[in-house]
Amino acid sequence: MHILKLIFKNAFRHKLRTFLTVLGVTIAILAFGLLRTVISAWYAGVDASSASRLVTRNSISLIFSLPISYKEKIRQIQGVKTVSYGNWFGGIYIDEKNFFANYAVEPKTYLELYPEFVIPPDQKAAFFRDRKAAVAGMKLAKKYGWKIGDLITLKGTIFPGNWDFILRGIYKGRDQTVDETAFFFQWEYLNETLKQTVPGRADQAGFYMIGVTNPNMGADVAVRIDKAFKNSLAETLTETEKSFQLGFISMTEAIVIAIQLVSFVIIFIIMAVVANTMAMTARERIGEYAVFKTLGFSGFHISGLIFGESMFVTMLGAVLGIFLTFPVARIFSQQLSTYFPVFNVATETVYMDIAASFVIALVAGVFPSWRAVNIRIADGLRRIG
Amino acid sequence: MKIPFSYSFRNLWTRRFTTALTIAGMALVVFVFAAILMLAEGLQKTLIDTGSFDNVVVIRKAAGSEVQSGVERLQASIVETQPEVAVGTDGKRLLAKELVILIMLPKRGSDKPSNVVIRGISESSMILRPQVKLTEGHMPRPGSSEIIAGQSIAKRFKGGGIGEMLRFAMRDWTVVGKFDAGNTGYASEIWGDADQLMQAFRRPVYSSVIFKLRDSAEFEKVRERIESDPRLTIEALRETRYYEKQSEMMAKFLRILGMTLTIIFSLGAIIGAMITMYAAVANRTGEIGTMRAIGFQRRSILTAFILESLLLGLIGGFIGVFFASFLQLYTISTMNFQTFSELSFSFTLSFDIFYKAMTFSLIMGFVGGVLPAIRASRMDIIEALRES
Repeated sequence: MHILKLIFKNAFRHKLRTFLTVLGVTIAILAFGLLRTVISAWYAGVDASSASRLVTRNSISLIFSLPISYKEKIRQIQGVKTVSYGNWFGGIYIDEKNFFANYAVEPKTYLELYPEFVIPPDQKAAFFRDRKAAVAGMKLAKKYGWKIGDLITLKGTIFPGNWDFILRGIYKGRDQTVDETAFFFQWEYLNETLKQTVPGRADQAGFYMIGVTNPNMGADVAVRIDKAFKNSLAETLTETEKSFQLGFISMTEAIVIAIQLVSFVIIFIIMAVVANTMAMTARERIGEYAVFKTLGFSGFHISGLIFGESMFVTMLGAVLGIFLTFPVARIFSQQLSTYFPVFNVATETVYMDIAASFVIALVAGVFPSWRAVNIRIADGLRRIG
Repeated sequence: MKIPFSYSFRNLWTRRFTTALTIAGMALVVFVFAAILMLAEGLQKTLIDTGSFDNVVVIRKAAGSEVQSGVERLQASIVETQPEVAVGTDGKRLLAKELVILIMLPKRGSDKPSNVVIRGISESSMILRPQVKLTEGHMPRPGSSEIIAGQSIAKRFKGGGIGEMLRFAMRDWTVVGKFDAGNTGYASEIWGDADQLMQAFRRPVYSSVIFKLRDSAEFEKVRERIESDPRLTIEALRETRYYEKQSEMMAKFLRILGMTLTIIFSLGAIIGAMITMYAAVANRTGEIGTMRAIGFQRRSILTAFILESLLLGLIGGFIGVFFASFLQLYTISTMNFQTFSELSFSFTLSFDIFYKAMTFSLIMGFVGGVLPAIRASRMDIIEALRES
């Protein structure tokens, strides 16, 4: 008990220095936590994807579509339960800055495949009934102040023209990992309009979403689908939703790696700062350590004092940093919802914060305690300042 | 009377370990700061080199990028007849009707698929882009399944090397040439005959029309005429502006990330410098008292301590920039969020970045040192001497 009291008193001997060090650790842990959250936000799409859903698209690349006649052919394939389809619409709301994902989908089957999008039954019915109807995520609707019944106009980039929609529903995510910034509307609306304006582009689906009867058989079903369309004009590429999402992320891998590196750099920086504090503290107290040794305390006690103080100061900062991460992340998620629709602090992030602060505290204590333990009593007593 | 410079320097040297740790912290911050600036600079440079100010890109209205755009043959021909289009030495118009398509190709080694731009070119495409040079092989013959690959494709993608075959759109395409496009976006593209590619991909429309202006000043005139022509549903942009718009989102992302990181990191380093300098002052209370007693003025003491702190910043800055300069050997290749195609750019160090990083480092040193220095200069002589 006495040693704890001593550690506590020691830590506050230089109030200003301790305050600065704690502040430094707080900032560093906060930054580290936020960067890790950015990385997990990057993978949010992967986490939210289900193993029982497959994505079929044109094997050339995403910009090529598939004929709508594939729908019936896919439905006949063994292991397929539900087939939905849609197009990435790529519409712009007022200005390019207001980016959000918008899709034209076949509403009934699509919502069946995505039970995590929760829509009140009356809104759902209204969405199915009206061809110009659209459904938006809760966060998105809040961001632009949309209410049910509002007229929303998107400017088409892939499909030219101004497209009017009436907001018939607002969906909520079943849990926190669901992207609440997406916008859906009826595929029929897109298709019927295209039939009149650009008939050559009508009756095409950008992707098929497929629900399988047994999630374990997903890979087999995917192979069966691709085989069915082999050597046709539009060959398909089918994969699980998860690997589809991972494919996207692997293309931006460089950025993820850079953020990961940077998050470790901040730990190194703060390690230097805390190590510096501990080194100075230990140097000033070399004389005291010599007295301790004279009294018969072992090196174990002295290094315990130093490590204890280092641990105390770091943990104080770390706890503050972890607590601050949550409110700051909330502000971030509002500001950066265009880039990261889902921005939640994961439990693993908190564990990593704690692990990082342990490493900082230990590394910072090593050199000073080595010096304190090894110094000869006479040298220690002789030294001043 | 001034305190000699060597006093500040020797003080740092006496407490080597602390000094080294503080400098290491600062160097890391400057490293990150410089790296982010270099990345933004590299992206900017790639964009500037890719576009040419005198060239005009014509795409479908609101399409945003060539990949999403579609320009019908008739519309392309109307653009071709504009009087502002420059005429080449052989009497032909310097205008290219191009097809731009994304395909997925596996990378060498990892086999991971990535999106690659295939550009169907016309006769003038090469002349319109003087930064692109054929280094090996020959140009694809019109009417054949021949393609040429940019140096980055040849190196990084399976089947991209000269003499190799690529299979897409139900055909085998022979790579008959390799072109060097320097630092530009074209380096990660594959070029082939536009008409052949349109056939193979069953795309009846061009993606874009690119032409050189007869007179650079005539851009507004031709833009207005093209955009107000009721037969056309297209828009015209200067090529430089077009490429700038292509990566606006990426540039903004880098900017936000860079600013946030720099601010947070510099706070950490400033705190580090402050701790060091406060300790330096506290340890030398007696010394400061003695100096004041000898007759050094408050201002001299203030200067000496600030100088010491600036020195920390200076050394940290140099080390940081020194290590950051090695980053120039790396090239970042990532997916552009806006076009879904590969965008590669390298870290680029310019003098401007060097100055910025050094200034930043000195500012960190100054901010970290100014409060402790003020405390040192305000010490009362008698108190200070007694305390020692």
